[in-house]
Amino acid sequence: MTAQASWWERLRHSGLFWPLVALALVMLFNLLFTPNFFRLEIKDGHLFGSLVDVLNRGAPLMLMAIGLTAVIATAGVDLSVGAVAAICAAMATRLVGNVTDVTSTPLPLVIVIALGLAILCGIWNGLLVSRANIQPMVATLVLMVAGRGIAQLITDGQIITVYYPPFFYFGAGYLLGLPFTLFIVATVFLFAWWMTRRTAIGLFVESVGTNASSSFYSGINEKNIKLLAYVFCSFCAGIAGIIISSNVKSADANNVGLFMELDAILAVVIGGTLMSGGRFSLAGSVLGALLIQSVTTTIYAFGVPPEVVLVVKSLVVLFVVLLYSEPVKLALDKLAQRKGVRA
Amino acid sequence: MMRRLQIDSKYLPLLVTIALFLGLYAFGVVQYRGFSSPQVFFNLLIDNAFLLITSIGMTFVILSGGIDLSVGAVIAFTTVFSAYMLEELGLSPIIVIPTVLLFGVTLGAVMGAIIHFFKVQPFIVTLAGMFFARGMCFVISTDAITISDPFYRALALYRIPIFGKTFISVNVVIVLVVLLAALYLAHLTRFGRTVYAIGGNQQSALLMGLPVARTKILVYTLNGFCSALAGVVFSIYMLSGYGLYTNGLELDAIASVVIGGTMLTGGVGYVIGTVFGVLIQGLIQTIIMFQGTLNSWWTKIVVGLLTLLFIGLQSAFASSRRTRMAARKAQPAAKVTPGAAKLASDVSQQG
Repeated sequence: MTAQASWWERLRHSGLFWPLVALALVMLFNLLFTPNFFRLEIKDGHLFGSLVDVLNRGAPLMLMAIGLTAVIATAGVDLSVGAVAAICAAMATRLVGNVTDVTSTPLPLVIVIALGLAILCGIWNGLLVSRANIQPMVATLVLMVAGRGIAQLITDGQIITVYYPPFFYFGAGYLLGLPFTLFIVATVFLFAWWMTRRTAIGLFVESVGTNASSSFYSGINEKNIKLLAYVFCSFCAGIAGIIISSNVKSADANNVGLFMELDAILAVVIGGTLMSGGRFSLAGSVLGALLIQSVTTTIYAFGVPPEVVLVVKSLVVLFVVLLYSEPVKLALDKLAQRKGVRA
Repeated sequence: MMRRLQIDSKYLPLLVTIALFLGLYAFGVVQYRGFSSPQVFFNLLIDNAFLLITSIGMTFVILSGGIDLSVGAVIAFTTVFSAYMLEELGLSPIIVIPTVLLFGVTLGAVMGAIIHFFKVQPFIVTLAGMFFARGMCFVISTDAITISDPFYRALALYRIPIFGKTFISVNVVIVLVVLLAALYLAHLTRFGRTVYAIGGNQQSALLMGLPVARTKILVYTLNGFCSALAGVVFSIYMLSGYGLYTNGLELDAIASVVIGGTMLTGGVGYVIGTVFGVLIQGLIQTIIMFQGTLNSWWTKIVVGLLTLLFIGLQSAFASSRRTRMAARKAQPAAKVTPGAAKLASDVSQQG
């Protein structure tokens, strides 16, 4: 076997193969059918273009997907990410206030309080799952329902619009010609990667996801690992909420992060992390999020009415889920084996 | 004494739910003027008719150990599709109603088949179903369509007098029919028993020779029918179709089932409990409305906390039951085992 083939084999068997193929297909489609999709321009020292747009718009989704990966790896799920984003967005805009060019709270404090609230949400979810032993889907469903109510209470039922330019930097600012959101995502990703791959935490998470009780008997504090995963997930969702509210310069408790929990779960599943827990891939989830965002952008760029996006997404979800399902996997494996024998 | 305790623990969640309903109702009557009018109670039924129907369907799904997140979207789609066919295509209700019901049944059956044959978690498949139905709403129409069909209007405006000045709507009659049918299905048919058995333990149900595949697909089909019917009821209630209707209704339905005392892990619960679950939610909403000073979002927060409380109760019941079972096992277990072993070997020989 040549070196190239083994490189190919490694890629073929890594979890990133299918997401990369799908992303490549979407890009190929754009190359052929969407004019100017790959054109990059520099305006006022900032990079512009559809590709940058995908990265920038996809930032909240990538953040949620990174956080959700940790939770799903512990065999859980967090349906409240959208609601947590809404709570944080509501809190941040409420603290900044709606006076032009003035903030009623110092900006660092705004961020600390908003993210603190997100961490509280995470602790709530984590305690319900790890200590009260409630099924993750249901435990986080509670915050998904009640969370939007809490966000409404924070904003007093209003859509809060902010007029304080420094706050806009998180979602719409540029650093070194690139959207600032990219740097946020990269920081969170590197932090998560370092935590899971350079410390034992990643191994613990996989172990808890594979078998929580055997992890417990081998001395891992499985409850705290789960708690940590939910806290990290809400923290990521909180950052996403701040980015969203900063980008649209307002917070609408009903709409921030609406339906995003579904996109985020899809991103993680596409990325090769199994819903049943265990092995996970942070890079896969980020790729999954990028794939979803580029599909969305492509559909928009193609002049398809935005309404159809949901239908297309649902079919994509179904396709991906079926592709990863047990019977299909077995059938594919059999096919691959037969080919191997013939060769 | 022992026997009485056993019955108590079986019905306890249901009794707690009913007590909570009565308590809330009494609170409303004492606290607010005009709350004691029977019409307040009938309005609960009228305003929550669609939620009752879809929650009854959801009860079967949860009893079988599954979940269906697509119900809200299916209701919205039914309203839009009905309104579109009635108004834009000028079709008669005789064609429209069966068509939308057929759509619900088909979607439910397809989701059930995927869940069963591809062994995919129900919540992902029904999530996709939810996206699909929501998206289809907007493909048909992005705006709300008003229904001006005379038949729908007549149904919406028709008041069935009960006694004095109080009345119910046609929708309430539909709910009562669905409820009776559901009670019959759940407790007096082979299908109902199989649903309970699958929810208790799918593996055992399969080994007992029960038709697991057929029943699981049927459960989702039934729920698809219920949500489409709820959609018909909702379009009569609102006299319009709109893709943003009933956003998040799936959570209300799940909360109703859970508050009604059905275990989310499946196998334990009663259809009638779900009815009280819906009524409790409606009561909370009514009380907040009568109060007048509270943000309507408090409804969501209270319902969320209540759901949590009931889930907590359930796991407490479940763990106490487990310890009791373990204690009981210590004594007469030896008597049971040979028979059970013989049964198991018989089944495996047949298989």
